[in-house]
Amino acid sequence: MKVSMTVNGRLVEGDVEGRTLLSGFLRDQLSLTGTHVGCDTAQCGACVVHVDGVAVKSCNMLALEADGAEVGTIEGQAHADGSLSVIQQAFQDHHGLQCGFCTPGMVMSAAALLKDNPRPTEAEVRKYLEGNLCRCTGYHNIVKAIMAASGQDVSHIAAE
Amino acid sequence: MPKDSGIGASSKRREDVRFLTGAGNYTDDINVAGQAYVYFLRSDIAHGRITGLDTSAAEAMPGVVKVFTGKDFEGVGGMPCGWEVTDKHGAPMQEPAHPILAQGKVRHVGDPIAAVVADSLEQARDAAEAIDLEIEELPAVIDMKAAAQEGAVLVHDDLKNNICYDWQLGETDDAKVNEVFAGAAHVTTLDLVNNRLVANPMEPRVAVGEYKRGTDEYTLYTTSQNPHVIRLLMCAFVLGLPEHKVRVVAPDVGGGFGTKIFHYAEEAFCTFAAKACNRPVKWTSSRSEAFMSDAHGRDHVSTIELALDADNNFIGLRTNTYANLGAYLSTFSSSVPTWLHGTLMAGNYKTPVVQVNVRAMFTNTVPVDAYRGAGRPEATFQLERVVDKAARELGVDPIALRRQNFITQFPYDTPVALTYDTGDYNGTMDKLEAAADLAGFAARRAASEAKGKLRGLGINCYIEACGIAPSNIVGMLGARAGLYDAATVRVNATGSISVMVGAHSHGQGHETAFPQVVADMIGIDESMVEIVHGDTSKIPFGMGTYGSRSLAVCGSAMVKATEKVIDKAKKIAAHLLEASEADIELKDGQFSVAGTDKSVAWGDVTLTAYVPHNFPLEVEPGLEETAFYDPANFTFPSGAYACEVELDPETGQVTIEAFTAADDFGNIVNPMIVDGQVHGGIGQGIGQALLENCAYDENGQLLSASFMDYAMPRADDVPFYGVDHSSQTPCTHNPLGVKGCGEAGAIGSPPAVVNAVLDAMNSGGKAVDHIDMPVSPSRVWAAMNS
Repeated sequence: MKVSMTVNGRLVEGDVEGRTLLSGFLRDQLSLTGTHVGCDTAQCGACVVHVDGVAVKSCNMLALEADGAEVGTIEGQAHADGSLSVIQQAFQDHHGLQCGFCTPGMVMSAAALLKDNPRPTEAEVRKYLEGNLCRCTGYHNIVKAIMAASGQDVSHIAAE
Repeated sequence: MPKDSGIGASSKRREDVRFLTGAGNYTDDINVAGQAYVYFLRSDIAHGRITGLDTSAAEAMPGVVKVFTGKDFEGVGGMPCGWEVTDKHGAPMQEPAHPILAQGKVRHVGDPIAAVVADSLEQARDAAEAIDLEIEELPAVIDMKAAAQEGAVLVHDDLKNNICYDWQLGETDDAKVNEVFAGAAHVTTLDLVNNRLVANPMEPRVAVGEYKRGTDEYTLYTTSQNPHVIRLLMCAFVLGLPEHKVRVVAPDVGGGFGTKIFHYAEEAFCTFAAKACNRPVKWTSSRSEAFMSDAHGRDHVSTIELALDADNNFIGLRTNTYANLGAYLSTFSSSVPTWLHGTLMAGNYKTPVVQVNVRAMFTNTVPVDAYRGAGRPEATFQLERVVDKAARELGVDPIALRRQNFITQFPYDTPVALTYDTGDYNGTMDKLEAAADLAGFAARRAASEAKGKLRGLGINCYIEACGIAPSNIVGMLGARAGLYDAATVRVNATGSISVMVGAHSHGQGHETAFPQVVADMIGIDESMVEIVHGDTSKIPFGMGTYGSRSLAVCGSAMVKATEKVIDKAKKIAAHLLEASEADIELKDGQFSVAGTDKSVAWGDVTLTAYVPHNFPLEVEPGLEETAFYDPANFTFPSGAYACEVELDPETGQVTIEAFTAADDFGNIVNPMIVDGQVHGGIGQGIGQALLENCAYDENGQLLSASFMDYAMPRADDVPFYGVDHSSQTPCTHNPLGVKGCGEAGAIGSPPAVVNAVLDAMNSGGKAVDHIDMPVSPSRVWAAMNS
């Protein structure tokens, strides 16, 4: 079945089975391998993308359901000149990633959070990230990076 | 002032840019032209005999290339175990066969029976459903103590019982140990469980096998912490392939925590099948599959006894542990409950008599092997829980009791085979008391109580043993491998440097931290140094990354190789400067003649090495050196942790209000990365203490086989952590004075959490002396209302 959508501002078309997931379409057909698949029960959030501006777990959506949609992935988050977005830069500055596997989903979720809630509290960040698992960081520096990306002073939070 | 580059600087991680922009290259991102996909048909019962296996219908399904069963592997070796443990009677451990695909029997849920290779994964999965499988279900043995009984169901029919080994360390004279306990003023005894865990790195395992007929060469792309180890094991013991014809590549690895050390059947299968099918073969684990095929961790049941004299000095310690190894021996599983566990039972204390007894059991469960800390968390949990219980029974301050028994003189020979080279346990405890504001705890407790909550403070210490070595000693203890590492420093003509290292980062930031060391030694910008790792065709050799060994062992090899490079460069510089080599100094990337203003830049020397027109005749052109480094001893990081919890007596809900870590890691290369390692370890330790449990029912069904059922710590389960690494006693035997920091958090945190919960319960007037992990609200509520 034919499917078309706009991904990171570019119109793309593909031929998919009814059971093809959006995550599979992005990874296998568009070679946008920054969207990761870390589980099969929509729990881990490594596959979060934006569909029409909303954070969505792309392993939990059929490619056909995204027909005609505007899709944003991690590959489209940096500035046009290649420099990191504010959120991406904050993750690097505050060591908000280690192995990097959950990171695309974390960045996409953080972007969706900050769009709706530009200055979230620590508790709000932690609550919002319930659908994003990270096994490396203990979340400390992820929460710190997101708060820093929102323009808040994080210098009082312990560690480097 | 913090440094802004080199050793000691919190340099930002260069690898982050690709990870943050979706440009990482993980194994599942690799697709080889013409690849087929494999789906494994796995056992859905814990124990059974295969009475019928007909694949003909599956072979006729669309897109199917070939269906493999155990028959295809009858002439092939099984999965090897890398450590032979000798039991206390001098007999070698029982070592059952571990086939790639089941040979007649299945022994755990998830045991692979057949493998379908097809054009697409969906076709392979569909065809697997058409395999006609008949299994006679057999009674399963799941409980470790039941497995040890006479007449228990045998996991392996060809073994005499389910006991892999009955092992002992420390004092061998039972009468002497009994005498110590009989003469004690006080004995504290504790039964406890170290819950079975699943490592769950966020990247599931993946393997892609490729075979080139024209050159008879294989390539395996795999999610591994140690590609050379995989190549060696697979070539020498499993498939019988010539090592020089096999390349193993582990690109970006999305976390490991030990579970990606081991050589797995799926890796050997994809390599084997690529030739058999004459097509590349790819396997990507689903998370559900990971739960039943990745090696699990922990799973010990122990009784520990601590004897104290009338002055509260520790005079004896005895432990009896049952360790679950699962259905088969995984690559290093035999070493975890023994040499990585028993040797740590002295902890930070000068207990003169220690006896450790371990019985390791086969059961119808997934194999158990190293998971972050690997034996050391199990040792620390036992010891720090029993010390805490003793303090409560004796009515003494738990910190004072610990301090009274600390080892204070180094080097210190423990009664369990180790020699601690350095440490300052009182100094580290001082740091903890300040960093955690223990003086303010009473006020915080009062504030919690004012809102109807109980507040508890848990303290513990830990000792770690990292960078397991030297090879001749571990060989005597049963290791079937050396535990050195290697590095090649290749200086390019223009002065930039590629360092090929045997360690392999799976999140630890080697690409940033390792260049900091080399750049610092030469005095050049970090950006001029690049790390190459994770590919057997590019690096000299490497034992990989685990056991917090990378910087202490491989980093030392890198330092040695860099020293050789500098020595040679000085010869060239001396020639260019027409001076004696002994007078040449290297500073800030300039070679100069001592006491003069004559100098030549690093780049001029490196260019001369490759364009040797004006060159010393006795020196070979080029500038590249390799070093192998075999450490003289383990390194011994140590620390003291404090956890504060709030407990709701109405619901049993526990929240972590504060967590503070004071660690002694010796010298530190990148403080930012070290802090991150500790954060992550604490997160996993809190997960073990409060949330995670890998559960089987009595029939061997895996009840926690997805993230729906296995409670991973989430962002709102944990607090910000306080970390203090200013207590630093450098390692005495490696050139950087570093100790290793990767596992400390996971080792030190579970007892701190449980001690805090018990403190909270007891502060509420409920005399509870133990609670098992995970400390769930239902367990707490039950204990409070018993």
